[in-house]
Formats: sequence, C-alpha cells, structure tokens
Amino acid sequence: MAKLLETMLQGSLVSISVFLLTLLFSLPLALPIALGRMSKSPFVSGLVNLYLLVMRGTPLILQLIFVYFAPYYLFKLSYDRFTAVIIAFVINYAAYFAEIYRGGIEAIPKGQYEAAKVLGFTKKQTFIRIILPQVVKRIIPSTANEVITLVKDTALAQTIGVAELFRVAQNASARQFSTAPIFLAGVFYFIMNWAVSAGFLKLEKRLSYYH
Amino acid sequence: MEVINVEHLSKYFGTLEVLKDISFSVRQGEVLAIIGPSGSGKSTLLRCITHLEEVNGGSIRVCDRAMVADAVYADKETLREVCLMLGLVFQNFNLFPHFTVLRNITEAQVHVLGRKEADAEIAARELLNKMGLSDKANAYPCELSGGQQQRVSIARALALDPRVLFFDEPTSALDPELTGEILKVIRALAAEKMTMVIVTHEMAFARDVADRVIFMDEGLVVEEGIATEVLTNPQNERTKMFLKRFGQN
Repeated sequence: MAKLLETMLQGSLVSISVFLLTLLFSLPLALPIALGRMSKSPFVSGLVNLYLLVMRGTPLILQLIFVYFAPYYLFKLSYDRFTAVIIAFVINYAAYFAEIYRGGIEAIPKGQYEAAKVLGFTKKQTFIRIILPQVVKRIIPSTANEVITLVKDTALAQTIGVAELFRVAQNASARQFSTAPIFLAGVFYFIMNWAVSAGFLKLEKRLSYYH
Repeated sequence: MEVINVEHLSKYFGTLEVLKDISFSVRQGEVLAIIGPSGSGKSTLLRCITHLEEVNGGSIRVCDRAMVADAVYADKETLREVCLMLGLVFQNFNLFPHFTVLRNITEAQVHVLGRKEADAEIAARELLNKMGLSDKANAYPCELSGGQQQRVSIARALALDPRVLFFDEPTSALDPELTGEILKVIRALAAEKMTMVIVTHEMAFARDVADRVIFMDEGLVVEEGIATEVLTNPQNERTKMFLKRFGQN
C-alpha cells in the first residue's frame, strides 16, 4: 500500500508539473492572442481566428499526437515527450484563455476608455492601469472553470507516453488486478481541484471590494 | 480672452449630418449653457471639442492653439497638450470602480502630469474638501450615492487644472434631490470664475448660473445670447416652442 501511494504521488508530481507549466505559459500567452483577435487589421484578426478555430475545433488528444509526431514525419526530428505535452497544452489552453480575456475586455464599458482619454492617459496606460485590473475581476469565474478542466486534462499526457497520475494508476491497477488505484487517482484529482477552487474563491473574495 | 473658439464645425455619423456649420466661442471666466431637445447634437458637440469624436469639417481652437484647423488635426503632441487644457464631466460619471475616491483623483495627476504622489494627494484632499466629501477619500465609487460620485468626477477633472470644464448633462442620471448638490457645486465654481460649458436640461439652472446660452436644434445653433434674455424672451420660434414645454414663458 505504501509502495502504491509512493508511485501514485510520483505520478501526480508529473501531472502537477504539466498543470503548472501549462498555466505559466498559456495565461500570459493568451493576452497577445486576445488582442490579436480584436485587432483592427483583418489579416491579424483573421489569422488568430483561424488558430482559435483549429485549437477549439479539434480534440486535444489529437493535437498532442500532432505536436509530438508531426516534426518527426516532416523533418525526421524527434524530441522530448514531456516538452511536446507542454507545447500542446499551452497552445490549446492559450486559445481558451484568450477568448475568456476577449470577453472580459469587451465587457468593460466604453465610458472607462473615454474617461481615461479625457484625463490624458496614453492608450498603454489606459489598458494597464484602468482596463486590465477590471478585466481580471470579471474573468475569474470562467478562468477557474478552464483551470479545473486543465487538472483533469493532464491525464491525456499519457497518449504520447508521459506517465502521469492516471497512467500510473492504470498500470498499478493492471498489476494488482484491482480497480482501487484508479479510484484512488480520482481522489487525487478531486483534492487538486478542491485546492484550485479554494484558490480562485479566495482571489474572488480579495477582489470583491468593488463591483 | 477666448478660451474656446469653434468655427464652421461639421460632423457626420455615416451620411447623417449631426452638426451643421457650428460657430461659437467661450471667453475666459464665462459660463455657457447649451440647451436643446434630445438629438439636437449638444452632446456630440461637446464630444467633438473634447476630442472624443473627430470632426469632418471646421476648426477648434483652445486658448489660441489649434486643435483642428479646417478638419486637419494638429500633431499628436500638440493635440495632447491642447486636450489637457480641457476637462469633461460625464453624465454617467465614469469613475474608475477599482480605485478609491482618492486614487481616482490622484492617478492622472501622477501618471499624466507627473506630479509627486504626495502633492497629488494634497491637491485631491483639498478638492474633496471643497466638494464636501473629505470623509469619503478611502471609499470606493460603488459605496457612494450618484450625487457623491458626480462630485468625485468633478474633483477628478478639476485636479488636472483645466482651462475649461465641460459638463455633459451632469445631472441627467440623478434624481431631483441629488441634482441640487451638483448644481450647488457648479454654482460655486462659477463664483470662482471657472470657465465652463454645460449641456443641460435644467432650464432654471441655466438661467441662474449661465452667462450665455446656445440653443441647438437638429445640429444647428438656432439662437445664441445672454442667458436671461434667451431664456425669458426667446426670439426664435423653435426656441419658444422648446422653452414652453419647460413652462418657462
């Protein structure tokens, strides 16, 4: 039992790494994507829109396979599986976050921009000081949704052979002829998401000083 | 001295001409009221002068500096300097909800004018005191009544020391009880000889506080003159009709 717990903890460390690295890169990356989507240039917004359509319109599991195997078939280039997982997750999740950001940015009343302009703020100052802080507050609930989904999606990393929590549980399950490890994995995911929810709830409370 | 000079201003929204050959000026220390029915172009005129809208024709000069001459706008730097001489108070206040009252008033002083934080705070507290809101410095806009929010937004505009303060229907979002407190503040500013241009539906107030009145209808300046004369003894038929509805004549 202690041995099982140890291997599963190791597996969850891989899952948590995928989770944290994906957030680390996709959350900031989504901002330029959102701005690109709102660009006045039809070329830029069209290109970004195409990217969003592909990312949101095809399964993540397929994207994982593509990111890992396409370089091999095209250039005979093979690389680290874990890196491939991070790349695939980042470009997929950045697409979802970008649309959440766009919704948040477009929900800010026009009057905020006008007040800032009349007061002499530059466009950059207006965005960073006036708009962005208000966007953050508005997008917390929908971002929390997406982040919770990410915790569970990390299980897909096994598709290209990265032994994350769910894979480890399945292996243990096969070895022991028992489904117990898989249910134990379920408890692990639940605890991780409980922590994620608690974190977002705290953030929401911290920003509830105005509405 | 003329603080604002507008000549032959025209503005289109698509094919609709909302401002037709508007010319007028505002002298230093003067209070000008712009009245007229809804859709007459009053707010659009204000938004053109404060550069929230771009004009299609005509010229605007602020303190003898051209903002736009024959529909050609000045360069970015000049435009910025000219616009900083103008303050605007919105109908819906448009305060920044994530900042305290104090920071609403200091933010632009510090980051636009480059004042020191401490100096900006002194100026802000002085203005709040004048607005009767010294106890609200650390409150957030959502904790204030509409009248209080509007007074904060007046303080926010005044903090940048504008040469002219524009009001776009400053009391239209307030109930009559709260309207009074805003009118009191504007009256006090008029007594200090602050140059102001006020778009308003408060006829009694316009007669009381304004030196001159412009009556607009369908994008045209229909009548212009001394406030008491235009409002009590209008010459133009349309002005007469409009004022009759307010029970002024």
